[in-house]
Amino acid sequence: MALAFDEYGRPFIILREQESKSRLRGLDAQKSNIAAGVAVSRILRTSLGPKGMDKMLQSPDGDITITNDGATILEQMDVDNQIGKLMVELSRSQDYEIGDGTTGVVVMAGALLEQAERLLERGIHPIRVAEGFEISSRIAVDHLEQISHKFDFSATNIEPLVQTCMTTLSSKIVNRCKRSLAEIAVKGVMAVADLERKDVNLDLIKVEGKVGGKLEDTELIYGIIVDKDMSHPQMPKQIEDAKIAILTCPFEPPKPKTKHKVDIDTVEKFQTLREQERKYFDDMVQRCKDVGATLVICQWGFDDEANHLLMHRNLPAVRWVGGVELELIAIATGGRIVPRFQELTPEKLGKAGLVREKAFGTTKDRMLYIEHCANSRAVTVFIRGGNKMMIEETKRSIHDALCVARNLIRNNSIVYGGGAAEISCSIAYAIRAFADALDSVPMALAENSGLQPIETLSAVKAQQIKEKNPCCGIDCNDAGTNDMREQNVFETLIGKQQQILLATQVVKMILKIDDVISPSEY
Amino acid sequence: MKPTPTTCSPKIHQPQTTSTRTVSRGRTQSEIEEEWLARSAGIQVERLFKDEATEEKGERARMASFVGAMAIADLVKTTLGPKGMDKILQSTGRGHSVTVTNDGATILKSLHIDNPAAKVLIDISKVQDDEVGDGTTSVVVLAGELLREAEKLVATKIHPMTIISGYRMAADCARSALLERVMDNKEDAEKFRSDLMKIAMTTLSSKILSQDKEHFATLAVDAVMRLKVSSSLYFGSTNLESIQIIKKAGGSLKDSFLDEGFILDKKIGLGQPKRIENANILVANTAMDTDKVKIYGARVRVDSMAKVAQIEGAEKEKMREKVQKIIGHGINCFVNRQLIYNFPEELFADAGILAIEHADFDGIERLALVTGGEIASTFDNPESVKLGHCKLIEEIMIGEDKLIHFSGVEMGQACTIVLRGASFHVLDEAERSLHDALCVLSQTVNDSRVLLGGGWPEMVMAKAVDELARKTPGKKSHAIDAFSRALLAIPTTIADNAGLDSAELIAQLRAEHHKENSNAGIDVITGSVGDMGELGISEAFKVKQAVLLSATEAAEMILRVDEIITCAPRRREDRM
Repeated sequence: MALAFDEYGRPFIILREQESKSRLRGLDAQKSNIAAGVAVSRILRTSLGPKGMDKMLQSPDGDITITNDGATILEQMDVDNQIGKLMVELSRSQDYEIGDGTTGVVVMAGALLEQAERLLERGIHPIRVAEGFEISSRIAVDHLEQISHKFDFSATNIEPLVQTCMTTLSSKIVNRCKRSLAEIAVKGVMAVADLERKDVNLDLIKVEGKVGGKLEDTELIYGIIVDKDMSHPQMPKQIEDAKIAILTCPFEPPKPKTKHKVDIDTVEKFQTLREQERKYFDDMVQRCKDVGATLVICQWGFDDEANHLLMHRNLPAVRWVGGVELELIAIATGGRIVPRFQELTPEKLGKAGLVREKAFGTTKDRMLYIEHCANSRAVTVFIRGGNKMMIEETKRSIHDALCVARNLIRNNSIVYGGGAAEISCSIAYAIRAFADALDSVPMALAENSGLQPIETLSAVKAQQIKEKNPCCGIDCNDAGTNDMREQNVFETLIGKQQQILLATQVVKMILKIDDVISPSEY
Repeated sequence: MKPTPTTCSPKIHQPQTTSTRTVSRGRTQSEIEEEWLARSAGIQVERLFKDEATEEKGERARMASFVGAMAIADLVKTTLGPKGMDKILQSTGRGHSVTVTNDGATILKSLHIDNPAAKVLIDISKVQDDEVGDGTTSVVVLAGELLREAEKLVATKIHPMTIISGYRMAADCARSALLERVMDNKEDAEKFRSDLMKIAMTTLSSKILSQDKEHFATLAVDAVMRLKVSSSLYFGSTNLESIQIIKKAGGSLKDSFLDEGFILDKKIGLGQPKRIENANILVANTAMDTDKVKIYGARVRVDSMAKVAQIEGAEKEKMREKVQKIIGHGINCFVNRQLIYNFPEELFADAGILAIEHADFDGIERLALVTGGEIASTFDNPESVKLGHCKLIEEIMIGEDKLIHFSGVEMGQACTIVLRGASFHVLDEAERSLHDALCVLSQTVNDSRVLLGGGWPEMVMAKAVDELARKTPGKKSHAIDAFSRALLAIPTTIADNAGLDSAELIAQLRAEHHKENSNAGIDVITGSVGDMGELGISEAFKVKQAVLLSATEAAEMILRVDEIITCAPRRREDRM
């Protein structure tokens, strides 16, 4: 380690406890970082594409997750290496921004790093490499823009959207019924989409799962499902044309926030207090009844007495409903969330055509369906499946499909999938290393599908050049054609662009690091 | 019946460590690649994961999951079928309590497993238990067999994805084969009942109750049929809550009986009538100890002893008033969920009212359901509270315990099954078995499609799948073939467990099934191939379908995995 000395020959202490730290500098640092980044991307590489494999992850508490969603794998992987963590961040930001392509972005970054290493070995300065990548990524993004297609869809013609969602779902374990799931996702998004503003609030789509049944039973419900049951076992299980009071105050005696004491020192006071209490309960229920509510949904608990009074007055009620659900119910039924009994008015009630309680299986599980709501802008995707891991994985897949559908509504440009877009970009320009890195995505696809990677890739490339057709990609499903337009394999333009940009950025960042100081092992 | 953590033979705990070591002596492709990568980078990749986190790749990962899943399947395999054996589970908790069972879900729930793939299998068995109640062993055995076959295929270099697509085709084909052969006797009440009887007997025959299976099958069918009649109000209720099972040690299993009324495991308060005819019952959930003022922050502050006495008097007065109000409902029986203190109890006794305290929540709900009353918590409007009614309340003795018996109730939905048996273990197991039977029956009431049993459905499926394999071109056909072999493993195991010559029997069965519409299955009692229709061995379609689908799903999930990443286990303080 380099040391500076003062005029008496004593070393300056630059790093505290210098001896106990390990330090990598210069090319070594870059190489070690690259190796780490590549190692992460290699883990994900086999998960890419319709024939990609899954990873099984065991959390510190012993829970099992089986998934091939890049973001989920990296999130749960317990990565300790700093560069590894950067890659984790990378896929997470793709997940937040786009929701899909989380595996692809990491594979892309890994490939870029591999290429960068080769250039570094030839003595090219890392910054030059980084700049080169930057320029080429811009070209690639522009090129994508050129080869992209706009396609038309409307509220009645959702077929193109369904096709794109199917591309996303086909790489997941749920590809057995990708068609129906894609339709569910698209219908769900269309139901809540604001086509004027080209925006979709995914918060309005709730994804619920329950083990049991089979994947085919998964359904889209134009309404809300709440994992709760009626507060009193003898309340009616089905309410038609329900008027719902949505409360965030408990059916309990008031608890003022200020600290206070109510002192009882005489018998009379004791009795009046008792009387008050009784009246309070009565009032609460009466108020709900007065405004015409036929169902009370409450964020808090009920006192036994209140519960009975509600039941007695024939006013079904649900307690302990979570805040998020409460908001969704309010949106769906067009009601207002009421924080105090005094403010309850008939206009603030939500309306739903049908509220029913449904039991599952042989256990006591019950769920509350709120359907035919006044405002159908909130929907629920209700997933069934053979086991817990399956449900979780399906949830993630549906989330991806929802994101894709949303992106398409925002920007209806698509590029062709199956590696076609990457191949087309790589043909388009000449910064070799970057082009090679782009090729790695179709290579991985071919590899995972059990095809000869190099042979297949060059064949497809040749075809693209010859036919001037940017739709040729890797035929993963043995469908017999390379033309992704015929196979209906689409991806969103923004998703692809984002992938390239994000991957390039991370690679740039990694390349610029030339000194790694870390506490050595003890 | 909470599952207690139990230990099992140490072999299961970490099969992957022992097995992978032997299997992957020769270096795998991925290892070589990694080394090459490290060398080409010039620098060893610094550790990527946290300490103690491990990573298994490719072949190794697959091997670890195969071995784990198969170990689990083999563990429960011997409990399958009418001659299956039981397992003893000893809890590691205090007292080392012992459970004897042959219920797959119960066994698996109590195991501590470290292998991720094994956990998937345990999960499907749990779901099977929650969803249909029976077939918990079969689903694990089938999934295990599917993986065992898959392992062989992987060894011959067939890609897991190909195997999966073959399995999917096979599962679809098997399901439609079953659908073709289902029987539905929903229209004919008489036949339907006999179907239910058969299903109940088949389920029970593999359990401890097999000696008295007819007796218990009748019990279970009666109980479920009562449910069905009254629950037609809301569609397809599988609400087993209203069937109460009370376990009392003593007597023999044969002494168990179904009671039309309702039995509450409680004692009658002192000095209160022991027998009431034409009872009006108020079912309540209210505090009968000290009725606190619920207004927040209220407290009593007094300055003299006399005041204390006054307040106490007021409190008593309040309680007395409450009791008076309750009595004012015109009742002669009061059942409360919470405690009743001596003072109100005395008041009730004075009024000649039977007061029962501390009935647990389920008891209260059931009682309300049975007697048609509502669960009350306020008592200001006596005219509008619905009271429960029954013809007779009396104290009865079962064995040494006194119980309260409500007979002649209004609603016939609920009933009580009293189980008698020599020991607690027998009773526990009997309850589990009966629960299985009840679950299956209630599911069958909803979905009345019925199949034959005794390995018949597996043979039918295997035949259809075999035919599909012959028609399918490509590598997939190997996987389809493997699926049919895995299906055959279930009758094979049943025969093996019964000590029969499985190879011979299965071959005979196959030949039988080659004929159209054969009803042949394994007759375990005589040890030969028999006509399942005549023997009256039936199973519910819903159970078989669930077994088939979730086993395939689980196998598919495990097959898709090519890498296992285990995080460092969270450190816990040793509480021992």
